[in-house]
Amino acid sequence: MSDVQTIEIMQGILARHATQEGPLLPILHSVQEEYGFIPADVVQIIADHLNITRAEVHGVISFYHDFRDAPAGKHVIKICRAEACQSVGANALSERALEKLGVAWGGTTTNGAVTVEAVYCLGLCACGPAAMVDGKVVGRVDASKLDKLLAEAGA
Amino acid sequence: MKIYVPLDSAAKALGADDVAATILSEAAMRGLDVDVIRNGTRGMIWLEPLVEIETDKGRVGYGAVEVADVPALLDGKLESLGLVEDLDWMKGQTRLTFQRCGVTDPLSLTDYEAHGGLTGLRTAIAMTPAGIVEEVTNSGLRGRGGAGFPTGIKWNTVLGAQADQKYIVCNADEGDSGTFADRMIMEGDPFTLIEGMVIAGLAVEATKGYVYLRSEYPDAIDIMGKAVVLARNAGMLGADVLGSGRAFDMEIRVGAGAYVCGEETSLLNSLEGKRGVVRAKPPLPALEGFLGKPTVVNNVISLATVPVVMEKGAAHYANFGLGRSKGTMPIQIAGNVKFGGLYETAFGMPLGDLVDTVAGGTLSGRPVKAVQVGGPLGAYMPREKFDTPFAYEEFDGQGGLIGHAGVVVFDDSTDMLGMARFAMEFCAVESCGKCTPCRIGAVRGVETIDRIGKGDASAIELLEDLCETMKDGSLCALGGFTPFPVMSALQNFPDDFVPNKEAAE
Repeated sequence: MSDVQTIEIMQGILARHATQEGPLLPILHSVQEEYGFIPADVVQIIADHLNITRAEVHGVISFYHDFRDAPAGKHVIKICRAEACQSVGANALSERALEKLGVAWGGTTTNGAVTVEAVYCLGLCACGPAAMVDGKVVGRVDASKLDKLLAEAGA
Repeated sequence: MKIYVPLDSAAKALGADDVAATILSEAAMRGLDVDVIRNGTRGMIWLEPLVEIETDKGRVGYGAVEVADVPALLDGKLESLGLVEDLDWMKGQTRLTFQRCGVTDPLSLTDYEAHGGLTGLRTAIAMTPAGIVEEVTNSGLRGRGGAGFPTGIKWNTVLGAQADQKYIVCNADEGDSGTFADRMIMEGDPFTLIEGMVIAGLAVEATKGYVYLRSEYPDAIDIMGKAVVLARNAGMLGADVLGSGRAFDMEIRVGAGAYVCGEETSLLNSLEGKRGVVRAKPPLPALEGFLGKPTVVNNVISLATVPVVMEKGAAHYANFGLGRSKGTMPIQIAGNVKFGGLYETAFGMPLGDLVDTVAGGTLSGRPVKAVQVGGPLGAYMPREKFDTPFAYEEFDGQGGLIGHAGVVVFDDSTDMLGMARFAMEFCAVESCGKCTPCRIGAVRGVETIDRIGKGDASAIELLEDLCETMKDGSLCALGGFTPFPVMSALQNFPDDFVPNKEAAE
């Protein structure tokens, strides 16, 4: 069962999307904006509201890379792994980042400061290797720029 | 003094925000009256942040400007590039779709109208729906998302369909590596896309539109969202579009990081709030699309080109191009290149001219080994194929595709077996899972390429067979086209697939 506070927050979110056609993705984005992830106990609330099954909501959450079932680190660093960035050294950069952080793709550092994720194209293909730190784009990331980004994020 | 500092993501990624802030603070210190305008990018990404100062003679460019250059810039001591319009990169282009991008303030409707905006929409309002569809058909405009299906014919199907509600859906899920034209126009000239969608709505009698915009583009989401509100407040959207008595409104929807949602039927499922799984066709989305209603699904660039077609006329647009590839294509030059960015030109320019002349060769200075055209599902073209003219049928004839016109250049240090493996790995990660050739084939593809890499020559035949199966048996282009990069790498660069290469060396 969800607590009173969760129900209240969810009522607010669901009301905001009440007039939309096909509102599940916008709802999930709002939930993730609120909590930083999709808490397990909101799934039933969403399912009841949209008159679909829990399994269907879970199926949608698990299909998309963006939706998390647990909170991310304090900062999220996304590093582009796509071809254009590979042509200017993204693979070596990715290896360096994972090694420095001591995690695999999608992992969070033990101090909880940084989650590192692979992303396939940020549309910065003429100024790669590209990365994104908490929604802020960074271009021409070399080893020293990467080290600086990681240090700033507190890794 | 008017100073332009781009707000495009690529410019921001290279420090444009800090440059803009420093210009303001330094100007204040000097008591200078400076008006900083955040424009879109001109597309010369190697010069970003490209700062422009308005003068009597025109806009003078400076780039790439760093924060430390700002005092010299304001003192008139920084070396300029000359008039931006006179730069070779700008002069060599035919800018139709991107005519305003980089020139105007993206969120100023006044600026938009002063540069030819809304002319196309006003022309369309005076026409019948069938008349608009005919004009777009005559322009020869084909789907810029990659498939190249004639836009006018798609619209005609939707116009002919009977329904209480029809939709215009803009595919802004630009996931292909090496492409950023959609992002550039949404950030640099968002009203063009909105205008194109309204015209599409009038043409097929649809009253509601959606832009499905990928979540990897937060800046584009922000700008498009603001532009829609401004357009609505100005009466460009709403119950009475520019006083025409006809209704059209639209909404920006954000994707959630699934590459396959760039496929139109996956996109529609995602928009409906479902898993982004591919639908079998038929029924065509034109007849049963969003929520089962007749729907136009067009790429950003297709829709953003419609205003200029209506403004200048179908004949003017169709005058450019080569064979059945009419008009212009915004080509995105990316990867290991000296001059990367967006170059809009008539179809037909040989690939080699783009790579060696426009892009200036590689950034690393090493020889070009391969060029991947058309995103992760496009073929790797070797130098022997550089005389191929940039157009739909011509690339098809060379075993390639132009896709969304991304051109990614690789130098001779690239391991093509590694690139082929990556293509399969990407397909495995991004497969929606509906059809077996894609879901399982991609995983087997990675394993088979690993066998080849370890020296098992017999696995090459197996890989070829697997690619045939994926090509013929997949439901959509993800599984169906992944063989393009894989097979082109294998056929054009066989030396990289020689077993025990490292041992032999």
